[in-house]
Amino acid sequence: MTTLTLGKALNTGLRKAMEDDPKVVLMGEDIGKLGGVFRITDGLQKDFGEARVVDTPLAEAGIVGTAVGLAMRGYRPVVEIQFDGFVFPAYNQIVTQVAKIHARSRGRLPMPITIRIPFGGGIGAVEHHSESPEAYFAHTTGLKVVAVSNPADAYWMLQQAIACPDPVVFFEPKRRYWDKAEVDLGATPPPLFTSRVVRAGDDLTLLAYGPMVKTALQAAQAAEDEGRSIEVIDLRTLSPLDLAPVEESVRRTGRCVVVHEAQTNLGLGAEIAARVTESCFHSLEAPVLRVGGYDVTYPPSKLEEEYLPDLDRVLHVVDRAMEF
Amino acid sequence: MTAVPEAQEMVDPVPGAAAPHLPAQPELVQLLTPEGERVEHPEYSLDVSDDELRALYRDLALVRRWDVEATALQRQGELGIWASLLGQEAAQIGAGRALGPDDMAFPTYREHGVAWTRGVDPLQVISLFRGNDLGGWDPVATKFNLYTVVIGAQCLHATGYAMGIQRDTADAAAIAFLGDGATSQGEVNEALIWAATFDAPVVFFCQNNQYAISVPIERQSKVPLFRRAAGFGFPGVRVDGNDVLAVLAVTRAALARAREGSGPTFIEAFTYRMGAHTTSDDPTRYRLADELEEWKLRDPIARLKAHLSRSGKADAEFFAAVDAEGDELAKHIRSGTLDMPDPAPTEMFDHVYAEQTDEIAAQRAAFLAYQEGFAQ
Repeated sequence: MTTLTLGKALNTGLRKAMEDDPKVVLMGEDIGKLGGVFRITDGLQKDFGEARVVDTPLAEAGIVGTAVGLAMRGYRPVVEIQFDGFVFPAYNQIVTQVAKIHARSRGRLPMPITIRIPFGGGIGAVEHHSESPEAYFAHTTGLKVVAVSNPADAYWMLQQAIACPDPVVFFEPKRRYWDKAEVDLGATPPPLFTSRVVRAGDDLTLLAYGPMVKTALQAAQAAEDEGRSIEVIDLRTLSPLDLAPVEESVRRTGRCVVVHEAQTNLGLGAEIAARVTESCFHSLEAPVLRVGGYDVTYPPSKLEEEYLPDLDRVLHVVDRAMEF
Repeated sequence: MTAVPEAQEMVDPVPGAAAPHLPAQPELVQLLTPEGERVEHPEYSLDVSDDELRALYRDLALVRRWDVEATALQRQGELGIWASLLGQEAAQIGAGRALGPDDMAFPTYREHGVAWTRGVDPLQVISLFRGNDLGGWDPVATKFNLYTVVIGAQCLHATGYAMGIQRDTADAAAIAFLGDGATSQGEVNEALIWAATFDAPVVFFCQNNQYAISVPIERQSKVPLFRRAAGFGFPGVRVDGNDVLAVLAVTRAALARAREGSGPTFIEAFTYRMGAHTTSDDPTRYRLADELEEWKLRDPIARLKAHLSRSGKADAEFFAAVDAEGDELAKHIRSGTLDMPDPAPTEMFDHVYAEQTDEIAAQRAAFLAYQEGFAQ
């Protein structure tokens, strides 16, 4: 077992992926000499050279568009988008090209591209640095979308995403980059596109991903102190969704709450609520409820504590679900 | 007080139908005049045999025949739409025949002439416009990427592919096709920056056909397009896009330069879209008939035919044989289009991902069950 921060686990995973496959090429802004603004690629250019760790010009469409060409040539590009709010210049390439080329070519042109995006708020940043744009990508056919919540998943899921023959948008919870945990580098990880029960419980099923998993676990602990048993599921994969463990859980608990930082309107929670309602209709004791960001422009950082779901807001909605 | 300006002529226009009063542009590379006279250029020589000249003529004539047939098929309701290459045959055949077997081409949606040079069956191109397929051909085997409809997006793909060539230390180059309108796209400018920064072995082949649908070149650029390359830090060259020999020579030189590691080149092939943007367009709303008449005098096929005839390099028998071959090709295209089977409905589920998801597999099964419900 090795103790790693989530950021270091990503770095270690990238290193392993580059060692395992010479076709893995990293591209992004400031990822070489600087090691990335969050140091996720720290030391990799020094060890793998400038041909495999590329400091690019400052243009996100260029980063993703050239990754498409490299993938057509047989490479496995891993691109870093510096912040969530900066992915939109690349949105055209991701949605109209990366997501469609496999289908358009009937599989002759696979797009094994990993698009890493640090996402979410809670770090006191200025605008465009705290967003949760995952629903845009989960809605796009042809992409796969995952979000990691802890160092072990960061290490394994990043390697699995890079090895995946399909394009993967890989969301990293930037405010959890410094969280530490034990990582077993010799373990056999679960498959990439699976969700996982991270805390067992009987009274309610709480779903979260990325930075909200920690919040959900804290809420479950606090609820236990009040005599409530909450099951927490880390969704891990946002597209495709893996709802089998969720449905198994909800059929037992009869109650389900989904948590995410992203605005509630048409967020992942809406799709999950629709599907769980359909598949678990006769087991539900309460409607599937959502806890998310308000449907407002992401606020200035002095207000983000009020905007972001926290332990108390999660428990408040848990109470509503229990009282139905 | 400021006011909204009218669209202006470019600072440095070249002779085009829109500006016939202007002097000849000395920078326009030409090896065959509109009258069919073979001329020399100090920088671009071309050693071409009589056989090669006849083969180029055959290419030009056959892709035009294909284009005419496809336009007719669209008018008869057999294609959803057709993007005609009429007038741009020399630009496309010249560029396509300059490519080596290991070079990779990234077309827009109008490069039927380049497709022809890469061995793509016209019916595979037609299948896209008929609505039978999203792609149509094998981009790996043909080294001819699928058409790209989102304007300019392919320029970044070509540049990234060229970066792969560099990493493979392969003796190859990429070529990105684009139009004059695409030069206004941010992604195209990013591609030019990337290519320059990394000395990528890529050629940007811009067919300036004077219009982006209805909008004239003056709305895209205040300077001649080839001059933009200098601002990015690599050579730009303007070639007579209706002169297949000049295009061949200029593109060969640019590809050779890319392969030897000297970086990108921007080629502006100065040409004219003699037809509509697509079969859905009506060019009489935005350009004058006189302009088209002016350009007909520079027809890319007529000038090579004049040269071959006058120099005795081809006789009436040759031209008749090419015409007959064109008729056969048109028959192949017509009957092949009419006989083209509709795609199986389940195909839309089958290639979304390399690794099919349970969700789409379930939707496919539900779709089949739903369809079978009607059969009973």
